[in-house]
Amino acid sequence: MRTLTKLDGDSSRARRELHDHIQGAAPLARHTVDSNGQRQAGSSSFHESAEKHVTGKAAYINDLALPADALHVALGLSPVAHGTLTQLDLAKVRQAAGIVDVITFNEVPGHTDIGPVFPGDPIFVDQKISYAGQCLFAVAATSLQAARRAVKLATVVIDEQPASLDPVAAAEREEFVRPSHTQTSGDWQQALKQAERIIEGELFVGGQEHFYLEGQACVVHPTEDEGVVVHTSNQHPSETQKLVAEVLDIPFHAVTVEVRRMGGGFGGKETQASPWACIAAIIARRTGKSISLRLPRSEDMRATGKRHPFHNRYRLAIDDQGIIQGGEITVIGDCGYSPDLSDAIVDRAMFHADNAYSLGDARVIGHRAKTHTASNTAFRGFGGPQGMMVIEGAMDDIARQIGEDPLTVRKRNFYRDGREVTHYGQQVDQRQLLHTLVETLENDSDYWERRKAITQYNANSPVVKKGLALTPVKFGISFTAQHLNQAGALLHVYTDGSVMINHGGTEMGQGLHTKICQVVARELGLDLDNVQITATRTDKVPNTSPTAASSGADLNGMAARDAASKLRERLFDFAAEHFTVGLDREGMRLEDGMLVAGLGESERRIPWGELVQTAYLNRISLSEKGFYATPLIHYDRSVGQGRPFYYYAFGAAVAEVSVDTLSGEYQVDRVDILHDVGDSLNPAIDIGQVEGGFIQGMGWLTSEELKWNDKGVLVSDGPATYKIPTFGDLPPIFNVALLEGHPNSMASLYRSKAVGEPPLMLGICVWSALRDALSSLTDYATSPHLDTPATPERVMLAASAIRKKAL
Amino acid sequence: MATIAFLLNGTPQRCNASPDTSILTLLREHLGHTGTKEGCASGDCGACTVAIGEPTANAQSFSSANACITPAHQLQGQHLVTVEGLAKDSHLHPAQEAMIECHGSQCGFCTPGIVMSLFTLHNDLIQRPAPLTPERLEATLGGNLCRCTGYRPIRDAALRMQDIPFERPQWYDAAMPVAESNSNSLEPVDTALFFAQPDSLAALTQLRLKAPQARLVAGGTDLWLESTQRLTSLDQLIDVSRVAELLTIEEATLEKQSGWWIGAGVTYTQLEPLFEEHFPAFAHLLHRLGSQQIRNRGTLGGNIANASPIGDTPPVLLVLGAQVELASAKGNRCIALENFFLDYKQTVLAADEVMSRIFIPQPTQNSELRVWKLSKRREDDISAVLGAFSFRVDQDTLRDVRIAFGGMAAIPKRALAAEAMLEGSPITADAFRAAQQALDDDFQPMSDVRGSQHYRQQAAKNLLERLYLSLSVPDQEVMLHAYAH
Repeated sequence: MRTLTKLDGDSSRARRELHDHIQGAAPLARHTVDSNGQRQAGSSSFHESAEKHVTGKAAYINDLALPADALHVALGLSPVAHGTLTQLDLAKVRQAAGIVDVITFNEVPGHTDIGPVFPGDPIFVDQKISYAGQCLFAVAATSLQAARRAVKLATVVIDEQPASLDPVAAAEREEFVRPSHTQTSGDWQQALKQAERIIEGELFVGGQEHFYLEGQACVVHPTEDEGVVVHTSNQHPSETQKLVAEVLDIPFHAVTVEVRRMGGGFGGKETQASPWACIAAIIARRTGKSISLRLPRSEDMRATGKRHPFHNRYRLAIDDQGIIQGGEITVIGDCGYSPDLSDAIVDRAMFHADNAYSLGDARVIGHRAKTHTASNTAFRGFGGPQGMMVIEGAMDDIARQIGEDPLTVRKRNFYRDGREVTHYGQQVDQRQLLHTLVETLENDSDYWERRKAITQYNANSPVVKKGLALTPVKFGISFTAQHLNQAGALLHVYTDGSVMINHGGTEMGQGLHTKICQVVARELGLDLDNVQITATRTDKVPNTSPTAASSGADLNGMAARDAASKLRERLFDFAAEHFTVGLDREGMRLEDGMLVAGLGESERRIPWGELVQTAYLNRISLSEKGFYATPLIHYDRSVGQGRPFYYYAFGAAVAEVSVDTLSGEYQVDRVDILHDVGDSLNPAIDIGQVEGGFIQGMGWLTSEELKWNDKGVLVSDGPATYKIPTFGDLPPIFNVALLEGHPNSMASLYRSKAVGEPPLMLGICVWSALRDALSSLTDYATSPHLDTPATPERVMLAASAIRKKAL
Repeated sequence: MATIAFLLNGTPQRCNASPDTSILTLLREHLGHTGTKEGCASGDCGACTVAIGEPTANAQSFSSANACITPAHQLQGQHLVTVEGLAKDSHLHPAQEAMIECHGSQCGFCTPGIVMSLFTLHNDLIQRPAPLTPERLEATLGGNLCRCTGYRPIRDAALRMQDIPFERPQWYDAAMPVAESNSNSLEPVDTALFFAQPDSLAALTQLRLKAPQARLVAGGTDLWLESTQRLTSLDQLIDVSRVAELLTIEEATLEKQSGWWIGAGVTYTQLEPLFEEHFPAFAHLLHRLGSQQIRNRGTLGGNIANASPIGDTPPVLLVLGAQVELASAKGNRCIALENFFLDYKQTVLAADEVMSRIFIPQPTQNSELRVWKLSKRREDDISAVLGAFSFRVDQDTLRDVRIAFGGMAAIPKRALAAEAMLEGSPITADAFRAAQQALDDDFQPMSDVRGSQHYRQQAAKNLLERLYLSLSVPDQEVMLHAYAH
């Protein structure tokens, strides 16, 4: 069979380059980072668990050894999205083989509402059922299989009511989980009245399942003090400690929560890891046995919330250059049945409805619609990506309307001197950096040459169309809930000189622990091998914030640095006093495992081990705690103005795609990324976050489709039906680089910038490039409507719609 | 309950386990080896990837499998290699070392599975040195989901590992004690629990007669989901994977047509060479069927007998004019595949019958085959719509037109009305438009998680348009190269 299609120039080049790379001829891309074993902050140290990962020795929750008499828990979940539980007969469940305990709402000793910020999340259904997948009861048995099979024996009678599943309709009926919020700058109505042109549009932005590879899981051991020790795959141990204590009606100090590592989190284990720990804890206290609870994949997907789907609308005044003068943006977040973190998530969507562009005199409104689905929750970007989509869509729409390239329109609208304040009143610092970054990327990726080639290609190719798009990211860094911007650390030096660091952040693969070890090693002038990090525990560092909002390294790194520098200063004071011969307190430093004092001939060196030993014998404390609170930030929600972010992280990406406009199939041929992390703490880890974030963002906007049936039951409840990107979705050409020479203008950790969330939004360029390809069907005269995820189905139907319109 | 005797990382093991035990459960719960992870328990994520080898073979050959849906009893006489077994003392396997050097792990949960897929690739490259093409990389790793890295460092690791010195682990050449290497002796099937492993068709059909209520298992890639997802008891199983007659591919003639008899137990991986040579379009489809782990276990007979409306091979087999042989203790019968499917998940297979072989006629001269699968993701996804088109062009006229679709009806089904519009017709827009309209008579698809009714209907029509364009303007690019063959 002959090949139906010829490889076009670009694609065959891509293949050839990959082949060359495979044969070892040339590096494929600029992403290769040096891992030459420099072992301090700023270098590309390996992940602290890398060797354990590849040998299978890294233990996740379900790998922990359990006592022989441990019990396994399975959950009874509501099959119905909305209704009243009229009968719950568990007699047969209790009689099943191996069953030891069965609990419902009535067996909860303490609080029954485990809402993380606002109430609204019952641990079990009492009567009112609010989503399909809501927990009705729990069964503990001697084996997981016995527990799961017993669940099926329950008699559940529900008076089913119609489920509310449309957030727009819910918003019209003012069914909200939290009040709406508004941010206004200037006279937006006047701007629309005076507009030369008005452009408007709307967009549905789909949600996203976290699909952490390790599902929700915990192990709970009862303690002799009427308390529990909780091992959990969890981004927020302190909150779980609080909720478990409240559910059990015991003091917080009776609950210890430990997190060694997660098999992925992405926001999905910020609030939604707690319910399972609470349920397991109740059973542990009732039975006196160790309890293992993990959700099978389909139950995990049905029971836990996801990235919020959003419905966004914009109406903007533009001038003849396509520059926004003002207008109105409305975002409606589909929050599911309860508040969870939705207040802050919709706020963040509003904070990012401008992305990198000045909105002029604008009003941004955010609604928090209540629907009968699982309570949607944090997911990398936390509403920011959904907010950005509306303005990125508008940029493409404006470009088509005024007949300019979308990149030109984007650049014209960037924040710049004179247009430097956001619609919520924060001045955009380092705004010139974005211009520099985009210009560099534009040149390095040959944007304009490729634009020309693509336009020509499309003119001669009726079915396969290519698209190109460059989209920027400006992402605000800080928790918008001010009090969360704090962190603690605990540093111990032992008498052999080895160092132990603990902090409040959790490791979910993002390399936080590696970075923290690097910080301590750097502050103490030690080799990284001397610094050990262990599990995050609420009895080591208390009252911590979730590892979220990209803040893990920013906050905990500063706390670790605070601890290390305090200890270092104490050792300097001691050394200056103790080693009387020629030690100069000024200029004393720790480097290469030595205390170094003085310069040149008067230089004295004392090995770290000796220093530590001597300090110990002289009764100097070798333990220190550190603390950090982000300065400057504030936001007055009553007026929607303030400076919620300590700084912004920037980035930009270019995607080139090919679209089969008959079948809707497409492929991403090439991606170029330039991303701003200030001065990188660890380039290899940061590149990993950028690449992983990009692919995850691309998946969100392309193949990852959540589907519920008309009764509100999630039908895409496993990897067979919910498709995250896989190996072949990696673009054949993928050039990823970190912007160099632009340290953070704020006094962050070694002038670095947060990197967890911002790169996810780089994926928007893929969606924009798909629209660009579709737009070519009308010779770029119109802007195609393309809701997300832009599955082949949506792309095909969009192409058909354009063709019909064109006829 | 039967004992499973096998090698685990070179060490002989004897385990007792119920018939429905998966390799993953055996490893994690019976043996306490927790390096192999459960990500989905449905064979879709690859976190549980292990390597299975036949220690009796001359050269060590290992193939990847999803431990979560592979029956533990199929390990009988086999060598199971897991992530715990790769390192030799302190020397990590090149796959492991490369993953570290390339920063290929972040959260690390998918990593053991990825390491095992890389191990099978590395081993393959030793056995059969060949250029490492992008296609081969995709085939190896397409069934291993990673949510953290975006795969670039994993690709780098796959390329890097070839340059890392390889210390063969001690077990590399381990052989089963001879006494253990045979398949499990026949279990009495009058017990409540059994996992029977017949080695001949006669034994299989006898078992089928005695225990019609028992479930047949070949690769287990679909059946096992009933255990892991729906918690159905699989207490009585008859394993067809050791039945000699079901494992062969032979050239033969049936009803004067020459072609091939393909044993129902032949896996997709084993089919590849034949299809590459004679049905490249079909081979290309195989590359997009499941993942390497699935293709190593899943069988042609299973894909047909399972009678799913979205099975990938039946529409192609329908247009190729395949026949199926059904065997029972009373004898065999042979029927055309299109008469095999009755309704959703229902076939003509009687309770005492098994599918033994599939006959695929050789392509006639000038005949052409197109196979187009539409899905949300290119790799390791299930079809929303699959169109198969077989025809020949005789002086600008279409002849022997056979069209079949998956995902458009309750069964894989031929588009007879559309075929009629094209048979004997010249290649014209009008003829194809008529065929497109006829599809409305052929199919009334439904909406589900994989696609809406409207999309399916339109997509099927658009595939006809693609066919028209590919025939009428042959030099034009009518589809993306990654999807073409």
